[in-house]
Amino acid sequence: MGEPRPLVQLTIDGNVVKVPEGLTILDACRREDIDTPTLCWASNLTPVNVCRVCVVEVEGSRVLVPSCSRLVEPGMVVSTDSERVRTSRKMVYELLASSVEMDRADTSVHAWMEHYGVRPERMGDRDEIATVAQPPKVQDDLYVRDYERCILCYKCVEACGDDAQHTYAIATAGRGFDAHISTESDVALPDSACVYCGNCIGVCPTGALVFRAEFDMRADGTWDEDSQQVTTTVCAFCGVGCNLELHVQDNSIVKVTSPVDHSVTSGHLCIKGRFGWQHAQS
Amino acid sequence: MWVVDPRRTTSARFADMWLGLNVGTDIALANGVAREIIHADLVNVEFVENATVGYEDFASHVEPWTLDRTAEVTGVPAEAIRDLARGYAGAATAQLMWTLGITEHHTAVDNVLALCNLALLTGHVGRWGSGLVPLRGQNNVQGGGDMGALPNKLPGFQDVADDDVRARFEGEWGTTIPPEPGWHLTQMFEAMGRGDLRAVWVIGENPADSEADVNHAREMLGRLDHLVVQDVFMTRTAEMADVVLPAALGWAESDGTVTSSERRVQRTRAAVRPPGEARQEIDVIADVAERMGSAWGRPTAEELWDELRSVSPMHGGMSWQRLEDVGGIQWPCPDEGHPGTPFLHGRLWERPIGGRRAPFSCVDDHPPVDQLTDEFPLRLTTGRVLDSYNTGVQSGKFNSPIRSGDALELSADDAGSLGLARGDRVMVSSRRGSIEMTVAVDPDLPVGLAFTTFHFPESADVNQLTSDAWDTRSGTSEFKAAAIRVEKLDVAAGA
Amino acid sequence: MSRSWTWLPVPDLRFGTTAPTGAEVAAVDAVVAGVGPATLVVGERLVLGGRHRAAARRNLLLPALHALQRAVGWISPGGLDHVCRVLEVPPAEAYGVSTFYHLFSHSEPVADSTVHVCDDIACRGVGAMGLIEDLRGAGHHVRPSPCLGQCERGPAALVQRTGVDDLSVAPAPVADVEAAIGSSSSSAAVVLPQAGSGNLHLLARVGVVDPGCLDDYRANGGYSALEAALAMGPGGVVRELTASGLSGRGGAAFPTGVKWQAVADQVGRPKHVVCNADESEPGTFKDRTLMEGDPFAIVEAMTIAGLTVGAEQGWIYVRGEYPVAAARLTAAIDAARGAGLLGDDVAASGHRFDIQLRRGAGAYICGEETALFNSIEGYRGEPRNKPPFPTTHGLFGEPTVINNVETLVNVLSIARDGGGAYAALGTERSPGTRLFCVSGRVWAPGTYEHEFGVTLGDVIEKAGGLVDGSELRAVLLGGAAGSFVGPDQMDLPLTLEATREAGLSLGSGVVMVFDQNDDIVDTVRRIAEFFRDESCGQCVPCRVGTVRQEEVLVRLDRGGSFPDERDLLDDLGSVMRDSSICGLGQTASGAVRSAIDLGLLGGVS
Ligand SMILES: Cc1cc2nc3c(=O)[nH]c(=O)nc-3n(C[C@H](O)[C@H](O)[C@H](O)COP(=O)(O)O)c2cc1C
Ligand code: SF4
Ligand code: SF4
Ligand code: SF4
Ligand code: FES
Ligand code: FES
Repeated sequence: MGEPRPLVQLTIDGNVVKVPEGLTILDACRREDIDTPTLCWASNLTPVNVCRVCVVEVEGSRVLVPSCSRLVEPGMVVSTDSERVRTSRKMVYELLASSVEMDRADTSVHAWMEHYGVRPERMGDRDEIATVAQPPKVQDDLYVRDYERCILCYKCVEACGDDAQHTYAIATAGRGFDAHISTESDVALPDSACVYCGNCIGVCPTGALVFRAEFDMRADGTWDEDSQQVTTTVCAFCGVGCNLELHVQDNSIVKVTSPVDHSVTSGHLCIKGRFGWQHAQS
Repeated sequence: MWVVDPRRTTSARFADMWLGLNVGTDIALANGVAREIIHADLVNVEFVENATVGYEDFASHVEPWTLDRTAEVTGVPAEAIRDLARGYAGAATAQLMWTLGITEHHTAVDNVLALCNLALLTGHVGRWGSGLVPLRGQNNVQGGGDMGALPNKLPGFQDVADDDVRARFEGEWGTTIPPEPGWHLTQMFEAMGRGDLRAVWVIGENPADSEADVNHAREMLGRLDHLVVQDVFMTRTAEMADVVLPAALGWAESDGTVTSSERRVQRTRAAVRPPGEARQEIDVIADVAERMGSAWGRPTAEELWDELRSVSPMHGGMSWQRLEDVGGIQWPCPDEGHPGTPFLHGRLWERPIGGRRAPFSCVDDHPPVDQLTDEFPLRLTTGRVLDSYNTGVQSGKFNSPIRSGDALELSADDAGSLGLARGDRVMVSSRRGSIEMTVAVDPDLPVGLAFTTFHFPESADVNQLTSDAWDTRSGTSEFKAAAIRVEKLDVAAGA
Repeated sequence: MSRSWTWLPVPDLRFGTTAPTGAEVAAVDAVVAGVGPATLVVGERLVLGGRHRAAARRNLLLPALHALQRAVGWISPGGLDHVCRVLEVPPAEAYGVSTFYHLFSHSEPVADSTVHVCDDIACRGVGAMGLIEDLRGAGHHVRPSPCLGQCERGPAALVQRTGVDDLSVAPAPVADVEAAIGSSSSSAAVVLPQAGSGNLHLLARVGVVDPGCLDDYRANGGYSALEAALAMGPGGVVRELTASGLSGRGGAAFPTGVKWQAVADQVGRPKHVVCNADESEPGTFKDRTLMEGDPFAIVEAMTIAGLTVGAEQGWIYVRGEYPVAAARLTAAIDAARGAGLLGDDVAASGHRFDIQLRRGAGAYICGEETALFNSIEGYRGEPRNKPPFPTTHGLFGEPTVINNVETLVNVLSIARDGGGAYAALGTERSPGTRLFCVSGRVWAPGTYEHEFGVTLGDVIEKAGGLVDGSELRAVLLGGAAGSFVGPDQMDLPLTLEATREAGLSLGSGVVMVFDQNDDIVDTVRRIAEFFRDESCGQCVPCRVGTVRQEEVLVRLDRGGSFPDERDLLDDLGSVMRDSSICGLGQTASGAVRSAIDLGLLGGVS
């Protein structure tokens, strides 16, 4: 809607490109088909730029800049694959993978770790260095918080707060390496303000937040992502018209997500849409 | 943001100001606000002159609704009404949004008209960011109406009394269509009472739990010669049926469309096979048609949709493929080049106005039918909570950690004067029935008001209490205003 | 599973059930006494609330937490819940804020007082570790602390007590700590080695005036600068400031005139002046000297800033471990307001300006300007990404001048005597004088004022030189975020340009002197520990990088082989320096790096 935005000219990896004003460097890179890793960025959330895996080098800047949140400026000269960029990105993955279980992270994460030749073991023996290892929090029948897989990307906090749910049931508590996602005074989820919309699960990139059904099936060894089919439909409850992606394994719904690129709720749901599907199974 | 609601709801907690009006005084408030807007010189004169009729009459109609009188009737302080009026009229854009608190009254239509008056007075309609927004409580209420599931409409909101419209449908369908409107739900129950209606086919509804004054409804259903229920669940209504037709779930086991609150038509798709003998509803209906002598064949969802498009101009541009590609289109969408319509009534801003001028309506305040007396001194209003849905047949199937069951919520003062504390068991009675419930105390409730949800008919059959009054125009029952009495039972809640 | 305490099915903010105690309620209610709670029940049918009222009160969260901690010695679940109800803050967020700060405790107090003893780099050299043992032996509840800003007279302690104000004690032998608790009094006034020397600009009044007396301040030239500023108008002040060449003393050395001009140029939005008095860089205590010795100077300078850039609200953010400075500033603000020098009509100028004081609560990162804004606003002290900069998006997202205490005090002589006179001091590119925090193995540690251009050797010399028997091993220049320099750098002129050229930084003016007996590997490890403890935890390079860096240094301290760790240290340094969000992570490897370059770690291989 409205006037077309003026174009900004900049150089990315030696190529002169023109993109509309107001785009981020990441947007510009994507337009140029330059793959850029991200962890804390999501199209349906405000950038928090904390993971720093998307950094690029901008001429004239003392430090690298996060491409996911830095807007393009006229005349910018951007390098996405310089030695400094590669070192930083690789280090971010090594730092994370040495402290967090990354095994259930999105497949793209693994592809990037391979791309940068990540070797977390050089940080030291797992038993002797600090990690976030801890038992999963299984506190209700709907979902599990398995924080040894948490990279503290803040996405769940944003989804629970101003970017979607406005419930503010979880926030970052503590500081430094002890910082962690927590309810107030660490009370169990059912005693917190959580309304079980599951929007946090929807945005978690590492499998730290996981549906109870999936968690149990994984424990039983019956979870088989490859055999699952995903069908988009509309939620049967209220009149908002949220779209649902039904993940079906053996003619049973095993999990419900929502398409992030859908205009009605950008991937967010409420408890009924997210968990209210059991009646289809009974 | 202002929230006007007898209860201080979740939304009210986000609001800059919450106005806790007396149940059933919405029209009084709207009229009072209108008068204040007029007296504060905040009428959008240009809009009123260009796009409306009946302003003068309306202005004199609301003239008696001074702030003081409005305050007295609604129970809300005059200052707050004044702020609301000025805030609404003065805003660059403003929306009035409502749900069933406006429509589940015996004055439902008047309630809505009273709100329309405010939008006309200020020009907060037909523009981006402004408007009148009824929020639909169910995923396809809008779609049901759009498809003609209303007693006086044909698909596409076309009037059944309109000869031209009927002629077109008759041509298309090869049959005659009676010009008189049919019955709506409440009228059907009345017809059952009179014995005029003797056989009913219920598709996907649970009136034996969901109707107001449910004892009466159950009795009526019981009197039928023949009851057919087509549903995905064995509901209480289905248990009463002579024939049950198990159906596939619309949203997960069938292909089709639904239309959301914002008039957006979207596709549903079958993801799993229906269990057991459950069948696609199209097939069930086509089979019945065939046995009745009309061979419809076995139309696919897409074929049915295309038929709709051919008779309903507002859906004309929504091809199956487009719905697939863009994920949803808001009607009206007359042709395939049309992007859909994000907001309605833009014509009111055209100079000169496109089409008919919008009329002001002079509507009056009428208190709820179920009156408060010494015998029934408390006002009961009902509503939903987040994790549950209607009578619970769909939402009762998952183990929600935030589910607390239906409880009778009382104000702290009323609980105190009745000698009640949280967890006490009480007998709740209205002029229509009595049920046992557990008490909860909501410190934000005004004195004299009680609230409960109605999601757990097994444990608390709340609709035994609700009012049998209804709006003759919309057919909606006055769920929101029953008069009740609460008596303490000796046994404490099963601790 | 059901909630035991459900009384409303779905409030958006769900609060807990633990009841607050009477003391907690009284403490919190006193904080909101002026503005009222976020949700105002006007009557049974009318409640004012919503996000605007809540947002307007959110900045009272930190004061409310302080009030709880002071009243009952910890942030109890019931007390926290009460704060949340009164301010309409989501409990999980409030807990996140509260647990960000080390001075707030989240378990029931085990003693009436907690003694925070500095075990940081200066105090370790003067018996801090022994003091911790002794205090524990004497039955005190002790928590080791990072630098308490009393390095010139360590070992230092801060005593937090239930129901009464905190005390700072330094030096802090057990007897003195106990005496301080007994008499409820903090250590005596600042000792200024240069007191009485005629050449002081910044420190001229310190130790001379009574810091509690406005009249005394005026009798010693106080408020003549405001008078001059009013006479020349905002344009004149910015002009003199620019001509003076004054640059920031908080670490980044940004030209102050440019900053003020940028904020003055912003129109149509409320603006703020913030004084950064969070001084927490290990080895730094100069701002404390000014605040304790000459608090009115800061109030006057902020007032000039407010009138110059068109801000009506000023804020001083004092680090939580400075009870004396906070008390004296509070008194000075009250006295100034009483004399019409703050308030609706400042000095009869027709302009409004007032100041609120906020206390930090134990978080070095809150000295970073954008973290400081978040902290005042009632959020976690996590730095924001820049751009946008504070001059356009500062406190509450509004245009903000933020300056260090020392920077602001410089403004007084510039306003009074003109930028030209100021620029005549120091060197051409580093005009004026600046404060140095000299500590370690020198005869007379303390805050010193010198013209820019003084050599490092001179600074040490003017502090009495090395103590007997000491042989200079290294100097930590600029603080933990700075670098070690060797004995060969004694001729280094201390100017912005010369240090920059040498790859160094003056930082906050720290000159900490180490000799042959100091355990440098342990010192470097303590610096690494400092950054690990003080990282806000927001970004990966710093949150995990500082941990891994410390782990390497622990391994080295235990006799690990340096060559084995070198690549890892290099890569850690790169990612922290290049990709951290803020200055903390970006500088967290600087001292380590310099120690490597000087061969100070090499000996352990
Ligand atoms: C981790 C960190 C801590 C800081 N701490 C302080 C501090 O305690 N006091 C201070 O004045 N500046 C501190 N700064 C610098 C401020 O961010 C900011 O640059 C300064 O307040 C600006 O004022 P100035 O221009 O007067 O120096 C710190 C910066 C960082 C990155
Ligand atoms: S389920 Fe929803 S309400 Fe609960 S923590 Fe996640 S985002 Fe917040
Ligand atoms: S739980 Fe998941 S979404 Fe939340 S911070 Fe951790 S990794 Fe990110
Ligand atoms: S560099 Fe460190 S202190 Fe700064 S934002 Fe990142 S984690 Fe926080
Ligand atoms: S994706 Fe850009 S910082 Fe995380
Ligand atoms: S006070 Fe101990 S090192 Fe500064």
